[in-house]
Amino acid sequence: MKAHTDKTYDLQLDDLRNKLLTLGGYVETEIATTMRALTERDSKLAETVIGQDREVNRLEIEIDEACRRLLVLRQPAASDLRFITTALKIVVDLERIGDLAVNIAERAIDLNQSPPLKPIPDLSRLADLGQRQVRAALDAFVEADPDKAEQVIKNDDLLDSLYHNLVNELLALMMEDPRNIRRANSLLFVAKHLERIGDHATNVAEMVIYMVRGTDIRHPGSRK
Amino acid sequence: MRPKVEVRSLNAWFKANHALRNVSLTVPANTVLAIIGPSGCGKTTFVRCLNRMHELVPGACQSGNVLVDGQDLHARRVDPVNLRRRVGMVFQRANPFPTMTIFDNVVAGLKLNGVRGDYPALVEKSLRQAALWDEVKDRLRQSAVSLSGGQQQRLCIARALAVDPEVLLMDEPASALDPIATARIEELIRGLRESLTIVIVTHNMQQAARVSDSTAFFYMGELIEHGPTEQIFTNPRESRTEDYVTGKFG
Ligand SMILES: Nc1ncnc2c1ncn2[C@@H]1O[C@H](COP(=O)(O)OP(=O)(O)OP(=O)(O)O)[C@@H](O)[C@H]1O
Ligand SMILES: [Mg+2]
Repeated sequence: MKAHTDKTYDLQLDDLRNKLLTLGGYVETEIATTMRALTERDSKLAETVIGQDREVNRLEIEIDEACRRLLVLRQPAASDLRFITTALKIVVDLERIGDLAVNIAERAIDLNQSPPLKPIPDLSRLADLGQRQVRAALDAFVEADPDKAEQVIKNDDLLDSLYHNLVNELLALMMEDPRNIRRANSLLFVAKHLERIGDHATNVAEMVIYMVRGTDIRHPGSRK
Repeated sequence: MRPKVEVRSLNAWFKANHALRNVSLTVPANTVLAIIGPSGCGKTTFVRCLNRMHELVPGACQSGNVLVDGQDLHARRVDPVNLRRRVGMVFQRANPFPTMTIFDNVVAGLKLNGVRGDYPALVEKSLRQAALWDEVKDRLRQSAVSLSGGQQQRLCIARALAVDPEVLLMDEPASALDPIATARIEELIRGLRESLTIVIVTHNMQQAARVSDSTAFFYMGELIEHGPTEQIFTNPRESRTEDYVTGKFG
């Protein structure tokens, strides 16, 4: 990439990029930790997710400020403009992913009050896939790689179908034995949160494609 | 629809200096074209070719065609003085007539073209359009050089508007203006678009983005890219345009 004539502009853009990567790293860890807290029935660990999310919120505000500062000071154009507006949007998705990880952590703490339900391997698979999608979307962003971003968008179908299987599995558990209902219902929420995490990763991927190619691929058919 | 201005393979020289290289573009009627590009890339030369001012420079020559309303500017029956009334110009450096009053500066073009009319009313209208009226209404009989640089620039805009041109060429019209006068001029440009066609040269990228429908990027005498303004500033096709609008030159 060619450098800006004003070098401090490049430094400011790098700083923004690094902040987003740090934020992305945080939410990835949150997903991993929250799932470990759930499977290992570790409420202490679940609490740490809630603590980590405060960092995420702080960083979200910092990133917003950095973007606003760049907009007003630089009046960015072309790829710089697309990068900064993308940053403003994906920071929202990343922060929401953090919130969803916290929601899962809260469910984990709640579930740990009762004896364990039988293990649900599809749930861990869904969590892995969700985390991989977030990672891949962030990689696509860092590398400005639209092909990688397209792959993330495609893979969301996998996540959706895994989620639907899981819903059926959990419903079956509830019908089997009414004593399962409360816990299976909590796991349904966990699954729903993971599915939403995948959706946010898809949003990030769509914005990456806009950032690189300058074409908005969201909501086909909604533009004149 | 026939374009208001059509430029075909335009080349311009100052003696051996090839200042414009094979430029072709069209400007539809009632639109604003912004010309951007680094200093010395040929922006002023380009607009000066659009009303035959370029040929007035000693040693200057040109090839190619410029058409207004489909008519070649160099067709035999085109009278350059009448042409410059139809295709008016605001110059990069404010150039009021120093020996004339403010009032006479505004009506100078009308007199030159032998236009009769209600001069005081026309002067007020033109000065209002140029966002200068309130500052000069009590001193219309004073010399134009008693005005500040920014006021002189607006006086020249008023002078250009007074003759009621069809095409207005503006070379850096807001370079010496404060933000308020600049905003008024930009509002004026948007308003004028209803009745005329404008080509504006500007170094202020945000100004180009705000006032124009299409933008042309010149570099070293060449037209590198011409497209809808929004596209040029959000997603230019040429890497040289991208470098220029993002500030990556030199
Ligand atoms: N009167 C002149 N005599 C000789 N060469 C000239 C004359 N005017 C301009 N040039 C040359 O023609 C080229 C284009 O100049 P032009 O004035 O069109 O640039 P510009 O894009 O308007 O620059 P700026 O942004 O500084 O106003 C330059 O190389 C310049 O040196
Ligand atoms: Mg110039």
